[in-house]
Amino acid sequence: MKSLSLMERFQSNRHALGYAFMVPAILLLAGLLAYPLGLGTWLGFTDAKIGRSGEWIGIENFKYLITDSVFLLSVFNTLFYTVVASIAKFVLGLWLAMLLNKNLPFKSFFRAVVLLPWIVPTALSAIAFWWIYDSQFSVVSWMLTRMGLIDRYIDFLGDPWLARMSVIIANVWRGIPFVAISLLAGLQTISPSYYEAASIDGATPWQQFRFITMPLLTPIIAVVMTFSVLFTFTDFQLIYVLTRGGPLNATQLMATLAFQRAIPGGSLGEGAAIATMMVPLLLAAIMFSYFGLQRRAWQQGADK
Amino acid sequence: MSNKNSQGMEFLTSLPRRWVTIYIPLILMLIVLLFPFYWMGITAFKPNEELLSRSGNPFWLINPTLAHFNKLLFHTSYPQWLWNTILVSVCATFISIFASVLAAYAIERLRFRGSKVMGMMIFFAYLVPPSIIFIPLASIVFEYGLFDTRMALILTYPTFLVPFCTWLLMGYFRSIPFELEECAMIDGATRWQILTKIILPLAVPGLISAGIFAFTLSWNEFIYALTFVSSSEIKTVPVGVITELVEGDVYHWGSLMAGALLGSLPVAFIYSFFVEYYVSGMTGSVKE
Repeated sequence: MKSLSLMERFQSNRHALGYAFMVPAILLLAGLLAYPLGLGTWLGFTDAKIGRSGEWIGIENFKYLITDSVFLLSVFNTLFYTVVASIAKFVLGLWLAMLLNKNLPFKSFFRAVVLLPWIVPTALSAIAFWWIYDSQFSVVSWMLTRMGLIDRYIDFLGDPWLARMSVIIANVWRGIPFVAISLLAGLQTISPSYYEAASIDGATPWQQFRFITMPLLTPIIAVVMTFSVLFTFTDFQLIYVLTRGGPLNATQLMATLAFQRAIPGGSLGEGAAIATMMVPLLLAAIMFSYFGLQRRAWQQGADK
Repeated sequence: MSNKNSQGMEFLTSLPRRWVTIYIPLILMLIVLLFPFYWMGITAFKPNEELLSRSGNPFWLINPTLAHFNKLLFHTSYPQWLWNTILVSVCATFISIFASVLAAYAIERLRFRGSKVMGMMIFFAYLVPPSIIFIPLASIVFEYGLFDTRMALILTYPTFLVPFCTWLLMGYFRSIPFELEECAMIDGATRWQILTKIILPLAVPGLISAGIFAFTLSWNEFIYALTFVSSSEIKTVPVGVITELVEGDVYHWGSLMAGALLGSLPVAFIYSFFVEYYVSGMTGSVKE
């Protein structure tokens, strides 16, 4: 038997070759993803500033943060933002998916157009919203004045609650396409014969939705909403462009607060502590949306 | 997906009913989804007098002007930002695709010891959001002297692109029959030959999906570009428009919108050619 050279032996050993193939991905992810994740946690326990490596100060940062009213407000804002925007995205996205799933002319054209808000850079579409929300020249205010509904222009981004709702609307606008197109793919896997059988048995459209569409769609809803929650919870650009966390920190999310404290403020340690505190909340949110929805699928006996 | 099958019982619903329950809500939603783009476009061509008057009809423009584009292209660093964005996106995309193809093939087909664990770790890596790690990443970028260079962005973008592309390509590779590889092996092909001559040509749609995704994601990236870069010549379009075109309290709405429009067009253009790949990539990765 011909003896194999070292190179040939290496090429025929799938374990060795497998590890070799993983090298570029592992180098990138270990060096620039896993390491920063660990470093971030460590920084959270130091008083690092920009240009000065910090000293270990234990849980000082965290102790300070839980008494800091701005931080607590940002936690509330983040949760409020995530919950309201995710529910709105789910309801509207599912509705849009069901509309698109009907027999429509120009179906693929509609589907392509619907995705536009999702592919355009958020920072840039946020500028359009900024102009729409402008306190003096807002087109929404203009329309409402013409209809005679209001007599003064609305200061969308100037009032705490209005600003919260305005950024949520912008976020929902951007998030609907992702939810709708993903759920549409799920809807298309449901065989129409279920609906035929149900209508022969006299099921109303609502019953068909409740007992056919929902159970069969639940596994995909779980995945899509988990991602949607993830994106919303860690949102940064939209807030940064529209309000920078203002007015009076009413739209300050944890991500924007971490940025503000760490980069312009220079307190890397404190910013890292805020980012670290996002992790358990984020995990809880993901667990809740994923397993919460999965459990329902299992209870209703839908197979995966 | 075929239209004949999705007919269902729809012949039972009458036309007026279809209008009320389907077409009108759909049209309303489309108007809402597309209005900001219309608004972006029309504002970019409006002269300042029309922009700042409350009397006229804001939905239409009377004297279209290119003044905002002129200002943007010849009196700001916008062309430079555009070039940076293209450069960074293309490089980051190629690096990510290269690393992802190898990783996905190894995990899905070589099935080396620990490949299952590796697959899970790649998935978890996808769940790590940039807004959690940008602070430590900034200090790493600083330490290696990459701060304020395009290299900082080219190297950090793959951290969110590689997990996604690997996950997507794993799905594509899984759909290619094993038998093809076995035939090639019997004929004496090495793994590398199998990958480049058999798997990759068959996975071209997957590669296009992954490429389009990686490109649009890097084009849209904001927080890294905002944090790791500070001089105007290195900025990307989203960051440049936000940080440099907004001067004090005087917002130059016209040029802001022109900047947003020009920055959105390249991705929209590329997307329009590859819609099907984009959609299949997005839905495929969700369905896994």
